[in-house]
Amino acid sequence: MSSNNKKWFSLNLTNKSNKSESCGCGKEFDSCSDNNQKDGYDQIMDVPMDRRSAFKKITAGLLMGAGAVSTSCSVVSGDDSKEKSSIEWEEYFKGNYKLMTDEERNSTVDRLVRSYELRKGKKLNISSKDAEDDVLFGYAFNISKCQGYMDCITACVEENNQDRSSQMQYIRIHEMEEGKGFNFEESDDNYYHEVPAEGHFYMGTQCFHCDNPPCIEVCPVEATWKEKDGIVVIDYDWCIGCRYCMAACPYDGRRFNWKTPEVPEEEVNKNQHYLGNRLRKKGVMEKCTFCVQRSREGKNPACVEACPTGSRTFGNLLDPNSNIRWILENKKVFRLKEDLGTEPKFWYYMD
Amino acid sequence: MKSIKVFGSLIKDSFHEVTQGSKAYHIWMAFLTFVMLFGMFNYGIQLDEGLSATGMTDRVSWGLYISNFTFLVGVAAAAVMLVLPAYVLKNIDFKQAVLIGEGLAVAALLMCLAFVIADMGGPARLWHMIPVIGVFNFPNSMLTWDVIVLNGYLFINITVPLYILIMRYQGKTPNPKVYIPGVFISVFWAVSIHMVTAFLYQGLQARPFWNNALLGPRFLASAFAAGPALIILVLAVIRKHTKFEVPDNTIKKISMIVTVAAQINLIMLISELFKEFYAPTHHSISAIYLFFGLDGKTALLPWIWTSISMNVIATVILTFHKLRNNFKVLYVVCGMLFVAIWIEKGFGLIVPGFVPGPWGKIAEYTPTFVEVSVTVGIWAMGAFIFTILAKTGIAIELGKLVYNKKK
Repeated sequence: MSSNNKKWFSLNLTNKSNKSESCGCGKEFDSCSDNNQKDGYDQIMDVPMDRRSAFKKITAGLLMGAGAVSTSCSVVSGDDSKEKSSIEWEEYFKGNYKLMTDEERNSTVDRLVRSYELRKGKKLNISSKDAEDDVLFGYAFNISKCQGYMDCITACVEENNQDRSSQMQYIRIHEMEEGKGFNFEESDDNYYHEVPAEGHFYMGTQCFHCDNPPCIEVCPVEATWKEKDGIVVIDYDWCIGCRYCMAACPYDGRRFNWKTPEVPEEEVNKNQHYLGNRLRKKGVMEKCTFCVQRSREGKNPACVEACPTGSRTFGNLLDPNSNIRWILENKKVFRLKEDLGTEPKFWYYMD
Repeated sequence: MKSIKVFGSLIKDSFHEVTQGSKAYHIWMAFLTFVMLFGMFNYGIQLDEGLSATGMTDRVSWGLYISNFTFLVGVAAAAVMLVLPAYVLKNIDFKQAVLIGEGLAVAALLMCLAFVIADMGGPARLWHMIPVIGVFNFPNSMLTWDVIVLNGYLFINITVPLYILIMRYQGKTPNPKVYIPGVFISVFWAVSIHMVTAFLYQGLQARPFWNNALLGPRFLASAFAAGPALIILVLAVIRKHTKFEVPDNTIKKISMIVTVAAQINLIMLISELFKEFYAPTHHSISAIYLFFGLDGKTALLPWIWTSISMNVIATVILTFHKLRNNFKVLYVVCGMLFVAIWIEKGFGLIVPGFVPGPWGKIAEYTPTFVEVSVTVGIWAMGAFIFTILAKTGIAIELGKLVYNKKK
């Protein structure tokens, strides 16, 4: 189940050291964490930043017009509008979050908070908290318990500031007929009737945070990646909106902002994370992040908390005393489309 | 210094050349300009509203734009079929066709790039992809490979004909030692642009309809049928409307290429159909949707069956020498083949990849007016670019445009 002997062949052309360690449900949990990530990027970090600022100067003249337009569109005038356009300017030219130094991360968070304050007059709390050591998140879903209430979906939408007008939802609950097994083709993920419906059972899907995610490989700009704690995240400001990751995901885990997302001001969840539920813009991808703004604070994702039946379990796979580990060790668990070699960190089981 | 001067003079002369012409020519260009402007207007709407202005959704996330992109990569690649015999095998017949073919490749590539940009959610953030200042996920992402091969191919296809034309423009003979290496590279490169584009889809384990070893080779076969078919049609128009001489033999040779490629394409189609339908597995479901419809959802049926019947009829007609060598029949058949492959490599390939979705959801895709207008606009842009390139190239070849003519 773990590290080196993978069952599929991979070229590993880049020799990235952070490829392996699928500590998933393995018993050894000490060796898995640190020395992941970054190292390869750290080396080139300084160069792209320098070149980028050079590029900034070169294109400055070119984009002056665009800047002027966006400034004139704003209602606020004077110093505020000046500050706003300077923030927009800095934001446009900022780099990929994955490659930013802590300092740069803090300053982009500050800019985002300030920009929201200038526009709406309200203070956001955006976190840039990194993954903690010795943490690898996993999820288990009890098919016997789920009754299809969809409270998880409602909680998810509210927690994660998803577009209300297009009714974007990360989670899909599939209503399946009993006696037909897991027949996704004939299941319905868009039902509007009283649940639990007679002779049916329910199964939820969302982003499975694969240990070997096909979506991150295909991204041409590395705008999506797997964090040290196993969460697959997207830098919304770096994504160019080609939707290649969407085509590459076998689990329908990704969503695209086809238009500018709308969240009524009073419904905005102001407790945000840069990689999580901060407000998105049109033309970028988004997806379930295991509520990174909550999970990194030691809380359960919103869906787990909202589930009235207790069919959802979330936890640290590296903690031998966690509920998720107990389930993996004592239940007959399975994952979906295992033949694709994606190694989801999302298990199903029955009582 | 001198070469800059020559180049400047060439630009000036060609500008003069492309703004002069018959009434039909002016009407043609005005029409294209109008269509382009209309497409741009609609692209403006799309930029403003976001991609929700198109028919694409979370269920079918690539549509008309990516379909046309895929098809046009093939058209661009096909130019090589003419480059190869003309320069390497010293087959004089093809010389005239080569310039046209490479002009076509340039126009097709620019259309490809335009389609990709039209499909982007954030075209303003495209600089994120530029190596060094942005992050270029090479070699992991096939899309970065595609960026490299497409731009490289564009570069080759601009420089080689440009060199030849500049030499001819000055009344000199192009030096084969200079351009033959470029030609050789472009031959390999043309195969790579289409294979890499196929790998873009082929490498996705999430989409069984694409995850198929035959996809790349079939791309090549269909491209080498559709591309030269288009070249034949273009040559037919040029023959009729300009003094540029295209011998019958050239067209006959090209039609031979079209025939063989179309036959191979048909064999591969049969192989695919056999695999999908002799012992249908769970993975055949997209093919079932494409060819027979699923759950009463049949949007693609008329398209794919039109495509297949046109494909079969055209291939059968081409196979008979007597019919193929009758130019009137040939032109009609080439047109049929072009349309058939446009459907097959367009939304006959892209859309079923998404239907049914990963969890079996069947959501159909219908392009919106905005999407269709932008698409037509980009095609008009391609035709516009090609007309300009061809007109200049032909004028130089005919000796009408010569450096320092007046002095």
